[in-house]
Amino acid sequence: MGTPQPEPAEPIDRETTESLSARLDAAAQTRLGRSLAILHVNTGSCNGCELELRALSNVLYDLERFGLRFVGSPRHADVLLVTGPLTRNLRGALEQAWDATPEPKWVVAIGDCAVDGGVFKGSYAVLGGTGLCVPVDLTIGGCPPSPARILAGLRTLLEANAK
Amino acid sequence: MTTANDIIRAAEAEICRPWLRHVLSPGDWSLLATACVAEGWVLLAHWADTAQAHALFLDPDALTAVPVSTPVEAGRYPALSPSLPTASWYERMIHDLWGHEAAGAADLRPWLDHGRWPQSPPMATRPEARPPGEPPLLSGPERDEAMVLPLGPIAGRLDEAAHLRLTLTGPAILRAEALLGFTHKGTLTLMRGKSPRAAARFAARLSADATVAHSVAFAQATEAAMDVTVPPRAVGLRIVMMEIERIAVHLDNLAEVARLADAPAVRARCGYLREILLRTSEAAFGHRLLMDCVVPGGTATDIAEDGPRVILRTLGEIATEMPAIRRMHDAAALSSRLTGVGRAGRQLAASLGVGGVVGRASGYAFDLRSAFSTGYHDVGARLAVRSEGDAAARQHLRILEIEESLRLVGLALDILPAGPVTVALPQVSGEGIGCAESVRGDVWHWLRLDHGQIAAAFPRDPGWALWPLAERVLAERALAPASPDDIALIRASFALPASGMDL
Repeated sequence: MGTPQPEPAEPIDRETTESLSARLDAAAQTRLGRSLAILHVNTGSCNGCELELRALSNVLYDLERFGLRFVGSPRHADVLLVTGPLTRNLRGALEQAWDATPEPKWVVAIGDCAVDGGVFKGSYAVLGGTGLCVPVDLTIGGCPPSPARILAGLRTLLEANAK
Repeated sequence: MTTANDIIRAAEAEICRPWLRHVLSPGDWSLLATACVAEGWVLLAHWADTAQAHALFLDPDALTAVPVSTPVEAGRYPALSPSLPTASWYERMIHDLWGHEAAGAADLRPWLDHGRWPQSPPMATRPEARPPGEPPLLSGPERDEAMVLPLGPIAGRLDEAAHLRLTLTGPAILRAEALLGFTHKGTLTLMRGKSPRAAARFAARLSADATVAHSVAFAQATEAAMDVTVPPRAVGLRIVMMEIERIAVHLDNLAEVARLADAPAVRARCGYLREILLRTSEAAFGHRLLMDCVVPGGTATDIAEDGPRVILRTLGEIATEMPAIRRMHDAAALSSRLTGVGRAGRQLAASLGVGGVVGRASGYAFDLRSAFSTGYHDVGARLAVRSEGDAAARQHLRILEIEESLRLVGLALDILPAGPVTVALPQVSGEGIGCAESVRGDVWHWLRLDHGQIAAAFPRDPGWALWPLAERVLAERALAPASPDDIALIRASFALPASGMDL
């Protein structure tokens, strides 16, 4: 007896392959076909919302399992995640980021300050909420909102986007 | 030769607790700046009100803080920056907010004012309306072959908004220049005219990862101005909260630096520990970041009934993990990535007045907890100092400080006195200074009360000292040249803030 060799493979059943591939496509579309690339835009935050946004990446929330991920440039983004009361000094930066983000795009205002200026309302240096500069699709209040609340909001957006 | 103390003793004093504020003539003010350089005094803060320019110095030999002032005459006062370069950003800020000009200043470009405010100067008695202007210019490349790499204010880094401009020739950084002020929210005008209890919400939102430290320093300044003593239980609870904040922010920083240095295991562990600590804070004090938990006169609420138990359980879990985290920092993969990166020398750190982890990692042993802070002598905070001054030394110190803070929280909870947590605040006038050691270094608050309302205030965030140090370290070519690839790592290792100093 010589060295054992693998048997030659049977020809592939084309019909089975095609039906399997169709089922996989459909399942992947529902389970994996939803993802959003998020750009964080700070318009004057005290860093509190940033701390909670960073927490979204820890093992307990693990944002990426939902198909949500942070990107570094507006050109790669679907969603602008805006924190902070809109300061006059950062208005131009937010406008530039919005213009550079390709359609379709969404804006999410995170935290009381981004919703309407929060405690900084009425200051000469603050315009108010994000909505004064770009159209806002979703607001998540709180000072700062907890990561669980931010995550719930982003998943709602994900569901709406899939429909 | 006239010493700094001679100049101060000869001047008239105004009541400011716990340190008298001396009002110097413009001539003596300039002489003091020169004497400070000769005697190694550190400029802690420099600000103004509508009538005077103020400065806060640290006398390192007597270990005391020295507030001084000089009158602003015809909109001008003598600049400190010719002798003390660190005064430059403050002078630009004073000009933007109050309109006072520092005569003979090294730099007169705007700082916070990017030409977008509807009125100027906003803190003056009568600000004037004005049309929009242009943002301040940064210096262009001074050589033909140089390239400019602008970073921020929107950088997609889940971080604070600041602009850093690097001038490069090939891989070498010729020059690093920071521009801040983007997150200027007009906090000082919002605080003016409010009661300290109402204004504390703004002090707590200067810089969220030092929210407890800023709240404590602001509360102490108020209590000093009113000459009231907070109950011992509130002092103990403040220490518990300050040290929990230190552990949480250090863990966040360890995770962030590990992410940038490709050490996912360290990042995952530290991120997890931070999260369970924040949940514990919410259970014990009602807020994950402990925002608004410290108020003038004491603390907003008492600790929850089973608060001490849940805190100690979480601290136990963190303590068990610390040896593993330390081993991972000592292992070749991470330590070779961090060693020698972003090196700052003791001389530079001390002359710029950089305290905190960054100062102590460079051998400048300054920590308010061992110098001025109320209540810390009961728990005896131990100070760790390293001399290497690089990113590896800073991360090691952060680990040591977490371990020390774990001990301090346990001890403070153990000896926590019973009793009330607040004292009633009288409607009086007065002036006071408070300070607290934040996770980045020393935070100072000065304020003046007029019948229980804030007439003027200034908070000094450690960022005022950290950014100038970072600019110099990034452009340092002789000792430890920084590569543009290391920029994010160096920034994270310095934990550079923006909001606290943007006011």
